[in-house]
Amino acid sequence: MDTESSVTMEKTLSDEAIIEIIDMHKWFGDFHVLQGINLTVHKQERIVICGPSGSGKSTLIRCINRLEEHQRGRIVVDGIELTNNIKNIEKVRTEVGMVFQHFNLFPHLSIIENLTLGPLWVRKVPKKEAEETAMYYLDKVHIAEQAKKYPGQLSGGQQQRVAIARSLCMNPKVMLFDEPTSALDPEMIKEVLDVMIELAREGMTMIVVSHEMGFAKSVAHRVLFMDFGQIVEGNTPHEFFENPQHDRTKLFLSQILH
Amino acid sequence: MADIAHTSQKEQIRPPVVSVGVIGWIKANLFNGWFNSSLTIVTLFFLWKTAVPFFRWAFIDSVWNTTGQVCHDAGGACWSIISSNFRFILFGFYPYDLQWRPLLAMIILFVLLFLSQNRKYWKKPLAYAWISGLFIMGLLLRGGLLGLDPVESTQWGGLPLTLLLSVFGLTAAYPLGVVLALGRQSKMRAIKTLCIVYIELIRGVPLISLLFMSSIIFPLLLPEGLTINKILRAQAAIIMFTAAYIAEVVRGGLQGMSRGQYEAAESIGLNYYQTMRLVILPQALKIVIPPTVSQLISAFKDTSLVVIIALYDLLKTSQTVLSNPEWMGFSKEAYVFVAILYFLGCFSMSNYSRKLEKELSRGD
Repeated sequence: MDTESSVTMEKTLSDEAIIEIIDMHKWFGDFHVLQGINLTVHKQERIVICGPSGSGKSTLIRCINRLEEHQRGRIVVDGIELTNNIKNIEKVRTEVGMVFQHFNLFPHLSIIENLTLGPLWVRKVPKKEAEETAMYYLDKVHIAEQAKKYPGQLSGGQQQRVAIARSLCMNPKVMLFDEPTSALDPEMIKEVLDVMIELAREGMTMIVVSHEMGFAKSVAHRVLFMDFGQIVEGNTPHEFFENPQHDRTKLFLSQILH
Repeated sequence: MADIAHTSQKEQIRPPVVSVGVIGWIKANLFNGWFNSSLTIVTLFFLWKTAVPFFRWAFIDSVWNTTGQVCHDAGGACWSIISSNFRFILFGFYPYDLQWRPLLAMIILFVLLFLSQNRKYWKKPLAYAWISGLFIMGLLLRGGLLGLDPVESTQWGGLPLTLLLSVFGLTAAYPLGVVLALGRQSKMRAIKTLCIVYIELIRGVPLISLLFMSSIIFPLLLPEGLTINKILRAQAAIIMFTAAYIAEVVRGGLQGMSRGQYEAAESIGLNYYQTMRLVILPQALKIVIPPTVSQLISAFKDTSLVVIIALYDLLKTSQTVLSNPEWMGFSKEAYVFVAILYFLGCFSMSNYSRKLEKELSRGD
């Protein structure tokens, strides 16, 4: 994806951490899927996580909003530690937006209803205000004219942009993207990445699991490489792609960059 | 290239012409090959042998509005059994002079049901209308207030009783079934086990035995002096029974939901109840409308089983008429009449479900 030339972004960061993960482990049954993850995400930082399938990258970001439960270590999001406390979990989820590989829009609701559901029921925003916010974000992802339609009537790329807008309506502090372009037809990838780039430009804190290396190069502050449940290596995009340290990273990069 | 585009535009290829008109339709659908032709002929023969005699019996040789004596001499159907006993079949032993009360109650019920068909009216006023409607219907049936003579519930019967048992049985069983289905999926062990035990126990027992239990065993367990209305007990049995079946149907719908829907709902911060109410159930219940309606229809017909605990529902009042010496032997006519009433009930349910399904499928 040729996004490098089109984007110039500020890459300095505040020191303030918004997510802290300390020695975090997770098992699926006997399978040790995450093996001691340590990661600090700063405010406005943009991180791209890549790695072979089964390396635990999706599981890692799903732990951040507790779609998966970690079994050891600590995860602190915006000052709230994730434990079994359901109130805390719900609080974290309102601060952390998530975009899924398969969009997961609510098919029985119109686009605008998809967007206003969270604000209306979780944030208790008045209906009119929620709809105005929804239209603002739909406009932002260039899809305002589809507000009255249903998800099944939109293309994959449009659905994914709606999904991004749906998350934004909750006014999150962090956005998680779980392979947002993997389920898309090739000609639709760019429209979704463009929206994500705009979001980055506005200073959103983002953690993106993706193999879109062009996106990583131009947008990320840090690129992490995961394998076998561990963060093998993390570096600035330039260092990461030009000068990978580990053999596994080199092998992976040689495979995906041809 | 341009040439090809040009010609293809000019001579647009049309679908091949199929035969049209009545003759064409008959040829295509009834006499399409020797096998279908012979099937058509055999079917026509059976129709000739069954439908025609039935029509003669029901309409041409039939007797209307006479006495039983005249009927015995007639060759066809004796519809007089219905016309002469109309009010008894419909209202049972409800005091004759007061039968306008259950009639009025039924009219109120039908009006409310009719209004409730339209989803546009599913708002607060309709809920208030139902609450006050229920109150008025109860008052009409029971009496004892506002100068209405009290009527014991043992005297209730016929169509109002059937409607009472089925309409309230079904409307109470449905939400209970949904709750049981959710409970069965619950992560909380105790609740899950409780729901499974309930569903499996109830489904493992025929409705008849539940009705017997409610009418015979249950009163034995109550402290002396305390009695619970027999109709109420039968109603409870029907609700419990139907709910268990609805629960399994709804569970099927819940299992059809992808995990992504739960995750998407949770990731925007919805709690469990909101997730279920706003995201999961609207979709899951929609998927299972057809089996749910089958279940409700069969429950509606099963209310006739209350006959065995001596409640005079529609079927029982008809049977009672048949035990009258004057009308003995005209069971065909009586049962055809009852069947028509049941059919009207079932058919309108299935009709409505089709309409609802169509309305709700706009998102697909």
